[in-house]
Amino acid sequence: MSTPVLRVEDLTVAFAPRREPVVGGVSFDVAPGECFAIVGESGSGKSVTARTLLGLAGDSADVAATTLELQGKSVLGNRDRDWRRIRGRQVGFVLQDALVSLDPLRTVGREISETLRLHRFGSRVRRCERVLELLATVGVPEPELRARQLPHELSGGQRQRALIASAIALDPPLLIADEPTTALDVTVQAQILELLAAMKDRGTGLILISHDLSVVSRLADRVAVMRHGRFVEQGPVTDVLTAPSHPYTRTLLDAVPATHRKGSRLSGVPAPPIDPVAVTHARDEVLLEADGLVKHFRGPDGVQRTAVADVSFTIGVGETLGIVGESGSGKTTTAQLVLALLAPDEGAVRLRGAPWSEATEAQRRPRRREISVIYQDPLGSFDPRWTVRRIVEDAVPVESYPGSAARRQRAATLLADVGLAEEHLDRRPLLLSGGQRQRVAIARALAPEPALIVCDEPVSALDVTIQAQVLDLLGDLQRRLGLSYLFISHDLGVIHHVADRVLVMRDGGIVESGTAAEIFTNPSDPYTRSLVASLPTPAPQPVLGGQS
Amino acid sequence: MTVNVAQGLVAPTAYAAPNGEAGRRFRPAVWLAALFLLLVLAWAVVPSAFTSESPFDTDVEAAIQAPSLQHWFGTDASGRDIYTRVVFGARSSLLIGTGATALALVAAIAFGFAAGLGGRLTDGAISRFLEVVLALPGLLLALIFIAMLGPGVATEIVAVALGSAAGYAWMVRGQVIAVRNSAYVHAATALGHGRSRIIVRHVFPNAMRPLVVLATMGVGQSIVWASSLSFLGLGVAPPAPEWGAMLDAGRDFVSTAWWLELFPGLAIVGCTLAVTVLGRHLQRRIEGRLT
Amino acid sequence: MTARRAFPRLGARVAGVIGVLWGAATLTFVIEQLMPTDPAQTILGGAGAKPTPEQLAAVREQYGFDRPVIVQYLHYLGGILRGDLGTSYIRKQPVSEIIGQQLGSTLTLTATALVAAWLIAVVVTLLTAHRSRALAAVGSGFETVLAALPQYWLGIVLLVLFAFTLHWLPVVGNGGPEGLVLPALTLALPLAGFLGQVTRDEFSSAMEQPFVVSARARGMSDFGVRWRHALRHAVLPGLTLSGWALGSLFSTAVIVEAVFVRPGLGRVLVDAVTSQDMPVVVGVTLFVATIYVVANLLVNVAFGRVDPRLRSVAR
Repeated sequence: MSTPVLRVEDLTVAFAPRREPVVGGVSFDVAPGECFAIVGESGSGKSVTARTLLGLAGDSADVAATTLELQGKSVLGNRDRDWRRIRGRQVGFVLQDALVSLDPLRTVGREISETLRLHRFGSRVRRCERVLELLATVGVPEPELRARQLPHELSGGQRQRALIASAIALDPPLLIADEPTTALDVTVQAQILELLAAMKDRGTGLILISHDLSVVSRLADRVAVMRHGRFVEQGPVTDVLTAPSHPYTRTLLDAVPATHRKGSRLSGVPAPPIDPVAVTHARDEVLLEADGLVKHFRGPDGVQRTAVADVSFTIGVGETLGIVGESGSGKTTTAQLVLALLAPDEGAVRLRGAPWSEATEAQRRPRRREISVIYQDPLGSFDPRWTVRRIVEDAVPVESYPGSAARRQRAATLLADVGLAEEHLDRRPLLLSGGQRQRVAIARALAPEPALIVCDEPVSALDVTIQAQVLDLLGDLQRRLGLSYLFISHDLGVIHHVADRVLVMRDGGIVESGTAAEIFTNPSDPYTRSLVASLPTPAPQPVLGGQS
Repeated sequence: MTVNVAQGLVAPTAYAAPNGEAGRRFRPAVWLAALFLLLVLAWAVVPSAFTSESPFDTDVEAAIQAPSLQHWFGTDASGRDIYTRVVFGARSSLLIGTGATALALVAAIAFGFAAGLGGRLTDGAISRFLEVVLALPGLLLALIFIAMLGPGVATEIVAVALGSAAGYAWMVRGQVIAVRNSAYVHAATALGHGRSRIIVRHVFPNAMRPLVVLATMGVGQSIVWASSLSFLGLGVAPPAPEWGAMLDAGRDFVSTAWWLELFPGLAIVGCTLAVTVLGRHLQRRIEGRLT
Repeated sequence: MTARRAFPRLGARVAGVIGVLWGAATLTFVIEQLMPTDPAQTILGGAGAKPTPEQLAAVREQYGFDRPVIVQYLHYLGGILRGDLGTSYIRKQPVSEIIGQQLGSTLTLTATALVAAWLIAVVVTLLTAHRSRALAAVGSGFETVLAALPQYWLGIVLLVLFAFTLHWLPVVGNGGPEGLVLPALTLALPLAGFLGQVTRDEFSSAMEQPFVVSARARGMSDFGVRWRHALRHAVLPGLTLSGWALGSLFSTAVIVEAVFVRPGLGRVLVDAVTSQDMPVVVGVTLFVATIYVVANLLVNVAFGRVDPRLRSVAR
């Protein structure tokens, strides 16, 4: 049995003024050629752990451990000078989003060769050769050209590969990857994971930090689940993900939407009782119709791009239409066309049979209450000076609730419906968590009593357990109020869970459409097939909590 | 610059400690600044409460005397008490400083909002006009104006206002455009609110916020410009007590009588510093509530 | 971005610059026309003189004041294109000649001040930015004070300190480099304060970015990161302001030259303002405007290459 690349025993990290340690009593080993994953939500301490392994926890960090050994040599008590010899040479570090993790003002080649230069690798010529070798190894085409370019001139996937190249430049025995695929499209994610798997095969020890269980299941050999700075569970990946012992792990697995069909609950919150008599809607009635929508944009360099090319669809009353696509597919533009915040260059949108996109703004205004919107980043959609109460009150229609007292009451009811406690009402959204802000956004969207809510990536920025709660809330509201949703996401798993029918968009056009079941079990278009195939799903769990 | 939203999951770098809303530490500098400005304001409003003499009383025998108990700041070439002149000088400095800034802001808001809210043509026309005016450095514009109409208090106010108005207008325009394109204005439109309602409730208050800071610091800048003009002999006519003019007059004696330059200068510097400190404090408070 | 697409944008920008200059020239012409005093009067000796109506008429004919406004305007524009900015009413010299004579002195002063301001700003930022709170407060406070100082007062203080008291530097320059130090410092320090604030904010912001973590994870030292990564980001906004800074320096050079009794465009301008010698006032202003606008253009073009983010900002 070879010596483990990394040995950690009882690692504790605390930051000076706080009493609670951010990382408490963590222990694990990493063997060469194995991938050890740490899974947790934001604030769990996983990133701090990663940085501590490089001595980058910060000057105010208080690091203590029984053992902290890199290739058999203890690094406890290292000073920065000692760490500098280790970083890059014995340990490589890959962050997420190469657009900001590589210096945007330096060429890609320069960034990669920096590792070489810092550790005095060969002559300048030799370093240039090595950079090209590395770019080829990580699979960046045209390495000579790319090495001379700035990071933003490469595609997202190529950038991330280049970032990995700079981390493995000196062939370190240990590579730490902190959310390496989070900023990437699904198809590109798969490629990066393959690249990392190839490195694993070459004998590099890999530590993978992620919040995404499906990514972990694809790459990791062993996994630890982290919460509040501690490992609540640890073991081989198949064991932990198929038969978790700790309730928190079970909650995490339950919350993954990809494996739960529509109607099942993701979070532990019980469904509110639904009065069957009050809910009557004709499901066959068409609420919104989009016909041949086309939209062009002129970019800053003067080139015209077609954002939406001949898109047509209908949304029925009480149904959810999901639009799935990667970035640049035109899904957000479509949403804006539906909301009539943008006018289409060709084609039309009709609301309940009457012209919508072709009407004048004055004609549309009284009907705008029928369509609401929820954004990915709710904070930006709130006036920065307003309190939660005011934000929701502002959306309550004056005609239905004349008088400020009536509106106040209505706002309070709405906020209670979305599960926000009384104490949050007079605070600013800035002080609320991501999930709470999204609830405020949902309350505001409900205020005008709409028929359709456009949801543009509403849960993409949320932790998976919070995401589960919000998705459950949206589902409950739909059942109770007969709402329709236009649900836009890049996350196939979420779409799979929420949508009745699905549109797959690419480069501005629809490549496939059908019911959720059709798309996910029997995709016909090759692009759709590649999307579905590259979606890393955890192994099916027959014995898990989800009530249906 | 677009930032990937999933970056919310990136761990915080272990560097700077955030203040959050708990950043209300006691800042002595801010209190000092506020007190100083209050003092100067008092000087401007009720100068006779601070000194019993007149700024015009000459006394040739007591010319150019160093600071003493009788004359706190010393006397100038005509034997006038410098302390008294500094106190009385506060009025014209503050008048010009605040007057010019207010005038500039009014013009800036008018042009800036018209450009920011108007259609392409209006915006284009106003923007080109502003670009042209901005090409002429502010102080020179002020000088030209004075060249046209001759020195005087009203002229000075307009001149200094002219010099800074275009810069403010450009910033107002930028703010208005930013707010107009913001997600919360789009959300308000999607809710069905009318244009004028959105402008009044969202665009105007949010675009005006940073102006408060600008205006505060602008007063300091205007005071400096006004006294610069006086220093060059183009401002208020002597023997009126004006800080810049006092500095000009004392220039010839600076090698021997340092007090002639020091005290009026300190008054100006003090005002400018105080106003800057207050302005930055305001900026911190506004930003702290928004970010 | 290919070179082919870069050139049309450059052309558009140059056209924009010419447009702005034309606008400035027109504006100054309008101002000249709005002068309440009679230029013929000024030419013949100002307010004190009492010229005869025949003399006034002769002057008007000679200078073309009696021609229609449009003709005068075109004549004026034509003159500018040829480099002829008119003739001074008082000195009876071509304005372009006057500017040429005094330009060198002012230009030296301004250029030196700009370089000095940058050096000071960068050094202070490198030493004090993004370190302990106390150090950052000191640096920031220092810069705030500097930026708030009025030039002439600073000039006088420096004069008293270094020339009169310590006798290190001459009171009035004799054309040599020692005479340049104090005036350049007077101009440079407030600008350094302002540039320092901008640079420091950007520096702190850059040091918080993930690419700094990447660099440290490769084995780079803290100083290395500051010098090789953060600094480049930090100076960018200041550099794009250089065009404005140059214009601002020129106008404050007016005051500094008065304080230090230095010959230069500033003195010329102040004299012209006092005696209402409009061609000189307008000529110098236009000249400064041209420098400012051209400098801005050069800066934008040069840094559009360096900072990708600037490219998408249409201006």
